[in-house]
Amino acid sequence: MLDCGLDMTSTLNFLPLPLVQSPRLSNLPGWSLKDGNAFLDKTELIDLSTVDVILISNYHCMMALPYITEHTGFTGTVYATEPTVQIGRLLMEELVNFIERVPKAQSASLWKNKDIQRLLPSPLKDAVEVSTWRRCYTMQEVNSALSKIQLVGYSQKIELFGAVQVTPLSSGYALGSSNWIIQSHYEKVSYVSGSSLLTTHPQPMDQASLKNSDVLVLTGLTQIPTANPDGMVGEFCSNLALTVRNGGNVLVPCYPSGVIYDLLECLYQYIDSAGLSNIPFYFISPVANSSLEFSQIFAEWLCHNKQTKVYLPEPPFPHAELIQTNKLKHYPSLHGDFSSDFRQPCVVFTGHPSLRFGDVVHFMELWGKSSLNTVIFTEPDFSYLEALAPYQPLAMKCIYCPIDTRLNFIQVSKLLKEVQPLHVVCPEQYTQPPPAQSHRMDLMIDCQPPAMSYRRAEVLALPFKRRYEKIEIMPELADSLVPMEIKPGISLATVSAVLHTKDNKHVLQPPPRPTQPTGGKKRKRASDDIPDCKVLKPLLSGSIPVEQFVQALEKHGFSDIKVEDTAKGHIVLLQEAETLIQIEEDSTHIICDNDEMLRVRLRDLVLKFLQKF
Amino acid sequence: MDPECSQLLPALCSVLADPRQPVADDTCLEKLLDWFKTITEAGSSLLLLQENPCLLGLLCHVLKPQDLSPRVLAFSLRLAGMLAAQEDCFQYLQQGELLPRLFGEAGPLGGAAWTAPSVRSGWIQGLRSLAAEPRFLLFLSLSPTPGAVDTIFSLQGDSSLFVASAAGQLLVHILGLSLQGAAEGHPGLQTGDWPVCAQKIVSHIEESLRSAATPQITQALNVLTTTFGHCHDPWTQVLWVRLSPLVACLLEKDPVPAAHSLVDLLLSVARSPVLSSSSCGLWETLAQTLSHLSPTQAGPLALGILKLQECPQALRAQAFAVLLQPLTCVLEATAQAPGLLDSLDGTGGASVTVDTLLPSKAACVGLLCRTLAHLELLQPLPQRPSPWPQAPLLGATVTILRLCSGSATPTSDAGGHLCAFLVGCVRVQRAALDFLGTLSQGTGPRELVTQVFAVLLEYLTSPDSSPTVLKKAFQATFRWLQSSPETPGCSDLDPHTQLFLRELLPVLPKRLCSPCWEVRDSGLEFLTQMIGHWGGQAGFRHALLASEVPELTEQLLRDPESYVRASAVAAMGQLSSQGLRVTPASPEHPGGQQKSLLAELLHILSTDSEGFPRRAVMHVFTQWLRDGHADVAGDTERFVARVLQVASQDLDWEVRAQGLELALVFLEQTLGRPSSHCPYAVTPPVAAPPSPLAQALRPLCRVQLFEFAFRALFDCDRPVAQKSCDLLLFLRAQTASYSGPQGSGSVPEVASVEAALQRWQAGDQGQPLGYLEPEVVVAVLRSMDLEGLRGVLAESSDRVEKSPQSLLQDMLATVGALGEDEADCY
Repeated sequence: MLDCGLDMTSTLNFLPLPLVQSPRLSNLPGWSLKDGNAFLDKTELIDLSTVDVILISNYHCMMALPYITEHTGFTGTVYATEPTVQIGRLLMEELVNFIERVPKAQSASLWKNKDIQRLLPSPLKDAVEVSTWRRCYTMQEVNSALSKIQLVGYSQKIELFGAVQVTPLSSGYALGSSNWIIQSHYEKVSYVSGSSLLTTHPQPMDQASLKNSDVLVLTGLTQIPTANPDGMVGEFCSNLALTVRNGGNVLVPCYPSGVIYDLLECLYQYIDSAGLSNIPFYFISPVANSSLEFSQIFAEWLCHNKQTKVYLPEPPFPHAELIQTNKLKHYPSLHGDFSSDFRQPCVVFTGHPSLRFGDVVHFMELWGKSSLNTVIFTEPDFSYLEALAPYQPLAMKCIYCPIDTRLNFIQVSKLLKEVQPLHVVCPEQYTQPPPAQSHRMDLMIDCQPPAMSYRRAEVLALPFKRRYEKIEIMPELADSLVPMEIKPGISLATVSAVLHTKDNKHVLQPPPRPTQPTGGKKRKRASDDIPDCKVLKPLLSGSIPVEQFVQALEKHGFSDIKVEDTAKGHIVLLQEAETLIQIEEDSTHIICDNDEMLRVRLRDLVLKFLQKF
Repeated sequence: MDPECSQLLPALCSVLADPRQPVADDTCLEKLLDWFKTITEAGSSLLLLQENPCLLGLLCHVLKPQDLSPRVLAFSLRLAGMLAAQEDCFQYLQQGELLPRLFGEAGPLGGAAWTAPSVRSGWIQGLRSLAAEPRFLLFLSLSPTPGAVDTIFSLQGDSSLFVASAAGQLLVHILGLSLQGAAEGHPGLQTGDWPVCAQKIVSHIEESLRSAATPQITQALNVLTTTFGHCHDPWTQVLWVRLSPLVACLLEKDPVPAAHSLVDLLLSVARSPVLSSSSCGLWETLAQTLSHLSPTQAGPLALGILKLQECPQALRAQAFAVLLQPLTCVLEATAQAPGLLDSLDGTGGASVTVDTLLPSKAACVGLLCRTLAHLELLQPLPQRPSPWPQAPLLGATVTILRLCSGSATPTSDAGGHLCAFLVGCVRVQRAALDFLGTLSQGTGPRELVTQVFAVLLEYLTSPDSSPTVLKKAFQATFRWLQSSPETPGCSDLDPHTQLFLRELLPVLPKRLCSPCWEVRDSGLEFLTQMIGHWGGQAGFRHALLASEVPELTEQLLRDPESYVRASAVAAMGQLSSQGLRVTPASPEHPGGQQKSLLAELLHILSTDSEGFPRRAVMHVFTQWLRDGHADVAGDTERFVARVLQVASQDLDWEVRAQGLELALVFLEQTLGRPSSHCPYAVTPPVAAPPSPLAQALRPLCRVQLFEFAFRALFDCDRPVAQKSCDLLLFLRAQTASYSGPQGSGSVPEVASVEAALQRWQAGDQGQPLGYLEPEVVVAVLRSMDLEGLRGVLAESSDRVEKSPQSLLQDMLATVGALGEDEADCY
């Protein structure tokens, strides 16, 4: 199983979970404050207990892991890099914390009944498969799920049941993010998911190892192909500075890891030039501290620049300095220290980007009424207009600067040119321009041969067949072979051996010698051990030159010989003897009526032209 | 030649002739040749040779087989050519058979030294100088150098571009020379009757034109291009008539060989007054070429044709159609309003599809950029095609810009491809914005102009606009705003412009906050231009004051990037001049007294570590003083005194020079002279009564203008000193009529000032002069040799080092041949 991301857009159908009861939210017309926190949107396509292995590409792509591994009978292994696991744990922890700290007094599920759902207002009535929506997992489930993960390092080769070898490669998108190579001895499939060619904090993408793939599965491209991350960062900084200069506050709904590191780094360079040195930056998340600290200790997973800093020694990310100089402060939640330190105007980074739960809900309520304040959306996962819907009418300015560093289509076409896979497989959406911009021919994958696309729940046969297996020969057996050169550079030898197959590994072992009867002792029956070794006939090779063959026949007293050409070879007719010799590329037949003597004579003549070994 | 040089020359010649000596670098030899050239131009070469036999010795010496440096060999060849250009000297050198030996087979031509490009180049340049001598052609055809012309032919294809180009030019020169005499009196002389040398060259050109090898065709075309470009004698017409069929034959090949050179040749022919006026099929050839060449190659030709002063209308129309083809394609592919298309396409010429004209991204981008650049060049010319298709051009440019930004919605497949090629292409964006700016010179239908502003706004708003694109967008916007019509009977902006400004002004603050300094800088420059142009108009003032722009601009005075600070200073100066500076209590200093802008700018002038902001402050101050800005007018003397004091200590010479500019403005205002266009012109003295002048000088003394000017007079940077000298001369002319107390020159005060000035001139500027009385100043001015000083300053600073003597000494010094140091070398 490749990745198990969690589609949380269904949360947008729910009301925000406020920290304190909000009379405004509970009295919204058309919004029912009945049910909450249900996320998972998936169909039971497969029996999860049959999944042996899950390969995780990055921490965003493992958010559904507890749903997969818990209560499903799953007994397999999950492979992921260490930063992926650690930061993934932080994301899950934050999610669970956000949900659990506002327990619901009551919950309802009656509305999920199709007949009732139909009566609900849009968009709820159009939501698909609501019956499969699930409650958020618990910390216990998270821990149990994470315990099934086996840590791997980049370029580490992992044997899976001897059948295939999998290898994670750096994908350049996030700390510890990986692409995977799945290969056997003769076939290679690359799984490219969530990769980036931009210079941000993670180790750069390893493209070279993706070469010579039979199939390249390509997914996790940028969600916003029209937004250039550089331009968006500039937009982010300008809007932030404008707001703060006017005495307003800036709210940045974000995940606790990832782009936030780059944003803090940009701001580190920008705040002095923009005269914002006195403005406090707050990072509020239950995992804020761990996230900031973790980022500094994963040096080997960082880009070269940051790695070299570690040897100076300096912290690789400049947010350490922001914290040291008190410009950036982080808090686990709104309660406690934050409320006493809080000073405006300020910039707050907090979750969750869906605006449905987490501390961001509080800040939306607090700052939404003033046009001086601004909320800047940087995460591309949610439609910002939908996210804002329950907060309307809103006086605060809303800026949409989605920063998605994953591959765009220009980069994909460069990558494919570089890597040159035989076939590309990708989701159907990537093979046509986005529906809203149908004229943008540049916003689709353009490669030769055209990419094979798949849809949701579609079963796709990858365009290659396993034709060969590698078989090992034991040294003592190899020793006993007597190769014979039949063409320059090509030698043949016959081998008699026992084929031993275990864990998809095939080994030729010497056949056991027929054991001498040692008298009286128990011994296995010979048929158990010794394969039925007949006396081997020699193998023949070569081709029969018809003209010379005919001459030879004549020399041996055959006359009245006629040669006919057929599609596959020749037929030599011995009319007198009423005999037919059919010579084809890979077979020779002598057809004569019950004259065994003649057949043997002819056979010997034929054999003279062939090599034996 | 002065005796010192004559003395040094033999030593130098022996150094040059000695293969064991390291030879001075090329620059020295080049300077040496320049020097010899001035000598031979001024006097007799023969005399030079006779007086300096060492030169002849050198020329003879290089002929001996030895391991001489190619540089010296090349130098000698050029020197020989230069000397032999005079008739008597030519004869003198011929007597010794020196010239044939130098330039013939026996010389370097046959030797190993010929492999050095510099020797081949020297050989050509030597011949080129020699060509001034009347018997040159005879010399060329004489026995020892019979193959010289053939050698020149072969050198046309030389591996060194310099040699190849010089060889081509020499051929042109020889051709011109040989025909100058022969064909002058007989314009009808046919090529068959031309001198042998000319015939040989012409046959060679013909042969090359018939060749299948492109390099040879290129060489022939280049020779012809130069010939027709430089010589407009009647014989060129005969030559063209003979060669034009061969040129026309080139067009029948596919692809046309050496297309660029062919275009150059045809344009050169078309520009030649002799050829273009005659009916020798030129226009037909041009028309044929236009239709045969690929779109990329035809573009420069079309532009060249359209730039011609006189040319058949049909050809102009064809050329224009070729030039417009790519834009027609764009309009076609995006299915613009048919009206637009017709007026571009209707000019004739086969309509081409996008696929053939713009097949790949690289081709498409290159062709569009070139086309836009060509049209931009054409637009302001008086001979540009008329009627000028302003509306379709506007439409096409806007479409290109929208394709680049991804906002256009092409309806055809071709349009889709075009869109995919152009999206995000910075090069095309820049070219299109430049052209759009140029198009603001004309008008257009209202809805198109609206589209122009819309697309400009789109670019100014888009976060994806790169800094350079944004700068161009700002420039184009300003040009379009400038050209927008004024409402008749009302001094204010027209409603459309006002509407646009209302949308534009919210964009500007964001740009001023950009993390990219180039963007902040171009935003400020745009703002400064805007205020300068519309600062007085109510609509603009209102919109500007309602925005955050003035406040942000003031904050940018403290930007970390010096260019931005400089632009912010200029913008603030403008804002303040127009009374647009807002001074609300800022959130950072609530209720606090805000610093006056003057104080802030003075602070920048005295403390900023970079030169640009300080220069900008000086410009603003000068402008303020000139305009009588309120902050300055209150206490002008104190202002000028303070500024001059700070400026005099500035390390940047431009700041000091600008200080003198400010001093001059103050001086003019004080002395009550209307500022003329030529402030330094020495005007006849005005007969003014003595006392008012002394009175008038007193403020100048009070602001210590003289101390500043005197200091500047001895400034280590020449432009400052020159400016100060001019200012003091102007002042002295003003005070010429002043008759102060008699014998003021002997007043002890004057003497002490003069002494101090002498110390300053010697470099010790520590001691200040203190307050000076006007009388003392006038006396000092009169006693100073300002004219002499001006003369010294006018000479370039390297006049001493440039003398030939110093050159010779330098060259000898590098090899240690100047005597005493010789022993130390070992």
